[in-house]
Amino acid sequence: MPQNESTQDHGTTMTGAASLVRSLEAVGVDTVFGIPGGAILPAYDPMFDSKQIRHVLVRHEQGAGHAAEGYALATGKVGVCMATSGPGATNLVTAIADAHMDSVPMVAVTGQVASAAIGTDAFQEADIRGITMPITKHNYLVTDPEEIPRVIAEAFHIASTGRPGPVLVDIAKDAMQMTTTFRWPVELDLPGYRPVTRPHSKQVREAARLMSAAKRPVLYVGGGVLRARAWQELRQLAELTGFPVVTTLTARGAFPDSHPQHLGMPGMHGSVAAVTALQKSDLIVALGARFDDRVTGKLSSFAPGAKIVHADIDPAEISKNRVADVPIVGDCKEVLTDLIAAFEAAQAEGESGDRTGWWQQLNQWRERYPLGYTTNEDGELAPQYVIERIGRIAGPEAIYVAGVGQHQMWASQFISYEHPGTWLNSGGLGTMGFAVPAAMGAKAGRPEATVWAIDGDGCFQMTNQELATCAIEGIPIKVAVINNASLGMVRQWQTLFYDGRYSNTDLDSRRIPDFAKLAEAYGCVGLRCENADDVDATIEKAMAVNDRPVVVDFGVHRDAMVWPMVAAGTSNDEIQIARGMAPEWDRSDD
Amino acid sequence: MSKHTLSVLVENKPGVLARIAALFSRRGFNIDSLAVGPTEHPSVSRMTVVVDVEDSPLEQVTKQLNKLVNVLKIVELEPGHSVQRELLLLKIRTDPETRPHILQTVELFRAKVVDVATDAVTIEATGSSDKLEALLKVLEPYGIRELVQSGVVAVGRGPRSITDRTLRPVDRLERSA
Repeated sequence: MPQNESTQDHGTTMTGAASLVRSLEAVGVDTVFGIPGGAILPAYDPMFDSKQIRHVLVRHEQGAGHAAEGYALATGKVGVCMATSGPGATNLVTAIADAHMDSVPMVAVTGQVASAAIGTDAFQEADIRGITMPITKHNYLVTDPEEIPRVIAEAFHIASTGRPGPVLVDIAKDAMQMTTTFRWPVELDLPGYRPVTRPHSKQVREAARLMSAAKRPVLYVGGGVLRARAWQELRQLAELTGFPVVTTLTARGAFPDSHPQHLGMPGMHGSVAAVTALQKSDLIVALGARFDDRVTGKLSSFAPGAKIVHADIDPAEISKNRVADVPIVGDCKEVLTDLIAAFEAAQAEGESGDRTGWWQQLNQWRERYPLGYTTNEDGELAPQYVIERIGRIAGPEAIYVAGVGQHQMWASQFISYEHPGTWLNSGGLGTMGFAVPAAMGAKAGRPEATVWAIDGDGCFQMTNQELATCAIEGIPIKVAVINNASLGMVRQWQTLFYDGRYSNTDLDSRRIPDFAKLAEAYGCVGLRCENADDVDATIEKAMAVNDRPVVVDFGVHRDAMVWPMVAAGTSNDEIQIARGMAPEWDRSDD
Repeated sequence: MSKHTLSVLVENKPGVLARIAALFSRRGFNIDSLAVGPTEHPSVSRMTVVVDVEDSPLEQVTKQLNKLVNVLKIVELEPGHSVQRELLLLKIRTDPETRPHILQTVELFRAKVVDVATDAVTIEATGSSDKLEALLKVLEPYGIRELVQSGVVAVGRGPRSITDRTLRPVDRLERSA
């Protein structure tokens, strides 16, 4: 947390609210997403004068929360959102839970009713500290204005260090109105917070020894590598070892998709090569990953022959789902740096597994079962094609932000990610409606980048009011609505597991609302495309608009499904490449 | 399942008990008994939590507790290497005929009578769970009118303290405050 010379203050008298704004400035905040209201009102007055902080006035607090996440994911800095007490604060809950699941550094500042009214069921009172206890890394209720600078400094420190996560600071209205003394820097009072970042050298050596001897190893890369900004070290280790790499949904971009050692994404909708490599491996080196059920499939049958090296900054993740043979607690950047040196040393000692057979097998799986899709016979647009073309035309420098569902999986599969921080999505919580506000936050944080929200018609209708914010605040994002007029992923499950009984998944959104008109109404450019031949031209047209947001309604085939798929609760061995179609394994493969 | 006794040193701050209790319930662990009280450091409280879990979930409990910012230290106290005590207050129905028997039992268990009424006595007893259970078994036939029991408090045997080394940073902050 920056506490530099320029922000020093040995004691100036001001209101608690001014102290809050000064503290936010002192920790380096430049953007706050929020909505004012009764209890937070005092803070908005001094913020009005801040030259450093840009406040983006959103249309719903959930949008503020996701925008803060998008900002954090795109910039690597702590995202900040602000809301008033009661409903303002509870509207942040979804975004806070989302940030908690995906370890996104975020600070939420909420106003609380005056301290004397706390506990009396006062107007717009909600116990937001109690409500957010299980979904924050830590949270505070401040009733003494003297505490404001220290609490803000601690909140940013906790949010951004160790395993990052959301921190909520709830401040009673009277604490903001009272007079106090602002001092900076402040001493942090966190005797119980000491994240371990340095890995244990003995464990690293043991890991390197296993790695050196492994015959069928895989580097299983999770979002922690991105949080630790350790992509260079990852690439170095991968190239030094020659191991295959898989990147999870939250790690896409941590290792270039174009790299020959990259097998793609593992998990429920992962590539055959990535899923099978983990399944058949003799050594999994998990880096900043947490053996999520969407990756492991049925846990008891996951990678039965593999030893596990598990490196994570959060000790509670290690051996939570799959027992680790070599646990390494530490920051991924330091772990990777040490592993590189230890692996070199182990190689020098001459133990080295022969991995040529493994690579032959991996390449066979890759060649025989590449990601792909079939186009629809009646000529309706294939959603995968639309997404693939956006990725091609906007290129690897653009930032892609997805909602949750089929479009998200296709965006993960069919866009080639070459750089960290170019793929933003809601992984752990699976929050529909994430894309538009998160794209807004990403664009606010990185205005020079092209930001595409790849959204579904269901997701889009949950949070699209932030288009108004984007249009008015000059945040020209681009939104591709992959419109299959249904809750597509749920519909896919109904097709597969409920005999095609489409209970309540038809949104009819090819008819209502008219997304292009809706976009126009919000001051954006609205486009529509329903033909494969028009896809490129429409994307180019959207790319050419830079003065306001663009929404493209892509009407797509609604029966398209996401493949491959490992059905929930089944083993990764049961992966299907299309409905009822399992890959054909050579006898010699097993 | 087996019982484990955890000593959890926490910052004495509002909401800490709620955080710990919520964590147990969220992760699906049952608290068998819980006792909270002050320590020799004014800013530190000590919770003694008894949980009924297997070894590997216990490791998860400990790790998850350690992630709470207000938790300073967690130590598991093995029954063989620690002193573990509970407090029991018991109101027993009496009459002139049963009273001597009850008083004799109280003496045998090294408990004491802390309140007397014409048709009842209130007994205070401390000890291990086993001892209190045995006492209850003997007194039950006389008729228990009311019973209240504390959670287990426990301390390790021998000269070593679990608070002295880890709490140095807290001491430093206390001095500067």
